[in-house]
Amino acid sequence: MLETLINIFHLIFSESFILTVVTASTPLLLASSGELMVERSGVLNLGVEGMMIVGAACGFAGAWLSGSILVGALSGIIAGAALSGMFGILTLGLAVNQVATGLALTIFGVGLSGLIGAKFVGEKIAPAAHLHLPMLTDLPGVGRILFGEDPFVYVSVALIIGIWLFLYRSRPGLVLRAVGDNHASAHALGYPVLRIRMLAVLFGGACAGLAGAYLPLAYTPFFIPGMTSGRGWIALALVVFASWRPGRLVIGAYLFGAVSILGLALQPLQLGIPQQVMNMLPYLATVVVLVLISRARGTAGSAAPASLGLVFVPDR
Amino acid sequence: MKKLNIIAVLAVLVLGVMTFGAVHAADKLKVGFIYVGPVGDLGYTYQHEVGRRALQKALNDKVETTYLENVPEGADAERAIEQLARAGNKLIFTTSFGFMDATVKVAAKYPNVFFEHATGFKRAKNLATYAARFYEGRYIQGQIAGKMTKSNIIGYIVSFPIPEVISGINATMLGAQSVNPNVKFKIIWVNSWFDPGKEADAAKALIDQGADILTQHTDSPAAMQIAEQRGIHAFGQSSDMIKFGPHAQLTADTDYWGNYYIDRAKLVLDGKWKSDDTWDGLDKGMVVMAPYTNMPDDVKAMAKKTEEAIRTHALHPFKCPIVDQNGKTVECKGGDRLDNGQILSMNWYVKGIDDKVPGQ
Amino acid sequence: MQLVLERRAERSTVVAIASPLIAIALTLVTIGILFAIIGKSPIEALRVYFVEPLTDPYPFFLQQEIAVKATPLVMIAVGLSLCYIANIWNIGAEGQFLVGAVCGSWLAVKTNGTDVGHWVLPVMLILGALGGAIYGLIPALCRVYFGASEILTSLMLVYVANLGLDYMVRGPWRDPHGLNFPTTAAFDPAASIGTLFEGPGRLHAGSIIALVVVMLGAVMLGRTLMGFQIRLVGAAPRAARFSGFDTNKLVLFTFAVSGALAGLAGIVEVAGPIGHLDPGVASGYGFTAIIVAFLGRLNPIGILFAGLFLALTFIGGEGAQIALKVPLDLTKVFQGILLFYVLACDSLIAYRVRLLRTARKVAPANA
Repeated sequence: MLETLINIFHLIFSESFILTVVTASTPLLLASSGELMVERSGVLNLGVEGMMIVGAACGFAGAWLSGSILVGALSGIIAGAALSGMFGILTLGLAVNQVATGLALTIFGVGLSGLIGAKFVGEKIAPAAHLHLPMLTDLPGVGRILFGEDPFVYVSVALIIGIWLFLYRSRPGLVLRAVGDNHASAHALGYPVLRIRMLAVLFGGACAGLAGAYLPLAYTPFFIPGMTSGRGWIALALVVFASWRPGRLVIGAYLFGAVSILGLALQPLQLGIPQQVMNMLPYLATVVVLVLISRARGTAGSAAPASLGLVFVPDR
Repeated sequence: MKKLNIIAVLAVLVLGVMTFGAVHAADKLKVGFIYVGPVGDLGYTYQHEVGRRALQKALNDKVETTYLENVPEGADAERAIEQLARAGNKLIFTTSFGFMDATVKVAAKYPNVFFEHATGFKRAKNLATYAARFYEGRYIQGQIAGKMTKSNIIGYIVSFPIPEVISGINATMLGAQSVNPNVKFKIIWVNSWFDPGKEADAAKALIDQGADILTQHTDSPAAMQIAEQRGIHAFGQSSDMIKFGPHAQLTADTDYWGNYYIDRAKLVLDGKWKSDDTWDGLDKGMVVMAPYTNMPDDVKAMAKKTEEAIRTHALHPFKCPIVDQNGKTVECKGGDRLDNGQILSMNWYVKGIDDKVPGQ
Repeated sequence: MQLVLERRAERSTVVAIASPLIAIALTLVTIGILFAIIGKSPIEALRVYFVEPLTDPYPFFLQQEIAVKATPLVMIAVGLSLCYIANIWNIGAEGQFLVGAVCGSWLAVKTNGTDVGHWVLPVMLILGALGGAIYGLIPALCRVYFGASEILTSLMLVYVANLGLDYMVRGPWRDPHGLNFPTTAAFDPAASIGTLFEGPGRLHAGSIIALVVVMLGAVMLGRTLMGFQIRLVGAAPRAARFSGFDTNKLVLFTFAVSGALAGLAGIVEVAGPIGHLDPGVASGYGFTAIIVAFLGRLNPIGILFAGLFLALTFIGGEGAQIALKVPLDLTKVFQGILLFYVLACDSLIAYRVRLLRTARKVAPANA
């Protein structure tokens, strides 16, 4: 018993376990960061999975054709933004129901990614290079974790810090939150509600596209249809888990990633738990932790935008 | 009141285009395929698609092939199969175990259509079954792994606990034990056929726990790429993955259905088709080993010798005596080996695997 | 220049007729372009997608299949619409569907091979609905007692249900004669919902249950106090609070009802067209039903037609793969675009699009 616990302890605090967790969490963090901004502006885009998978297909296509990871990442970003643009035109321009449009966007995206990606199945690329700083990366223990990740990881961290600064330390961020909390008042104050929401939606699409591109550019450097495997849905759930707060989003994404990896890594240790239960762990853990957080703070801790998902048509 | 314009959409659509008549194709033998995954999955479904293309190419002037991909194994399967039968397909391959009951039902309704169900066990007058002896290749892989490993730990990434997967694990272990009694397996179930990210995570976890050879019964080349990055060896699955692991891949246990599909279509064309239970392996080219690479010559020679022995039926991977993980000797229903039924329904581990079959 | 929307003061009959025509015109153009690109006849495509499934001659195989496919979608969507009208976010219907299938199947598995009589099926249906309701109550209780968002909990419980089903059919309930494959034994006739007609079609009594569900849903929403509460909480949550309605009770009620309907759909699907329990029974119905709910404007009658419409696009898509040999992905792209059009044109009935010559200057807020 004690020996098993020590083994688990060693496992969790090993450098390679943490590196694996970072890789698994990064696409979740990227996609959910974008969706957090979208939802903070009052729009609910359930099409994250669709935008991610198109981002993956276009990201791989871009990198394979150009030989450059950067071009691939940009292709993914543009593809995700383009898809979210369609969503924005429909839901903001034509006041179409957001939930139905988001789900339709996922069906559309899954099909589109298959058509785009078909030509690239069976191809491979060199994955994004990991950072290597002399001295720093070679530091024992933390060197590779802090200074030896792939560029997407640093982008994801910069992104979420940027989002936090934007939302809480800048005037446009304040406006965005106001639009999400009460679009009628924001409109009455003269803010262009729909334009602000459109920008947020495009930003969210770009993030989802980048998150999708991360999969074939860094995680597993090849493309196969459906390779996002539901990560877009998890990203949506994480925004809720975070109560729409950037700080908690990081915790949520890394918690989910860590428990998923734990559910795999513990299996060979023979704990006598059915593998299905081990594979349930990340989902159960998020539910339990959310319940505990919510219980401790009550609903006061939530920053849920009051206008989330509601149609807004300006009166003139 | 809310108006239901959807009704109007439908009504006008129907009226608008009802006048166009049906078009029918020429009088070739129509052959239909039902796939469980997308044709571009690079794994199981892709291999069946390769087989279908081989059939179309070989008998191009005599057959016309059609497929339905990504067919869910729920209530949709029966309709999908029936749609193929209604469209005039006279020979229909349903390529996944989950289509079994649906195939049985449709076969009963269309007695003049020939059905072939992969990896199942229910047959009828117009319903045959076929499968490949994947475990033959896995026995060879086990031997190679037993020779090549330095840590004596083999990492095994698996999808779902079905008999084919369990018999693959056992064959690998028996092969490994035949050359190295100290081999241990570490097994991770990822509970998915289609999640490259998770397969990569499992591969990393196994390597971190000391595995220096990776084996997989999942479809994507993710684990192969991780092996390549970490400088260890791995085996491909379903298709040759050498492209993804030029320095890592030792060989791959690939399935090739083309010969079988061509044979069966020919039988229908000649009016000689009958319901069979086909279970071929290396002998008929249904299981094909990818070239042996990244290993010393003596290991390569051993692998080739074993492959030849299995091909000529001189060696059977499940030759008796076989002891299960509880130390009990398994009854030998096939004389000097396990019989097909025992292998097809395998749900126990052989001695030496200190894991537990999920659900047992 | 700028496009703006204006809410229509009253519904215009002209637009109500014109908007579906626009949707059709757009669909025709899209089909034309899509199929011209891959070099197939757009007219043939249209025929295969929409006409053939609806005009299939006796014994109406494809029409029956549309009903079979729509049945679980409609049942689930009616339940979900109650939640969504009241702004309660149950997105875990897929999980409730699975738990319903598992709970109902329990009896079928236990009585398999015994001749116990005709009470089995009705009890299975009740167990399925109960199981779904109880599973649906978990996120509801988490919200009511702990304030945990039901969006996350209901979604996460889908994955848990999936793995739980996986465990049951690979372990305890495995068919003893099934060569250890992950499936229960085929259900006995007493535990199965038979087809309504002889012949190739699979129309079953579950479709009748779905119709009853639609009618009950419409009556409940339109004619009962609970229906009034649901609509009031959705339309004016503050007013509802002031008038003393208990929102928590409503959360529990709508989750229980939608869970029960999803669970019922699950066991109907398993006891009906599938005939045994295996890991592949869900196929995403719980998620597709969310589209159906909104496509039907959260109105039970609308949901009935939306479910049939979506089923039509699925079955037409299969026909297109067979007859036109187009990849499934193209069908999905087409299905997505079609949904966009229908949703957009639906919106045009409520709003008017106007072209403004000059964009309205946006004044910075001084307040």
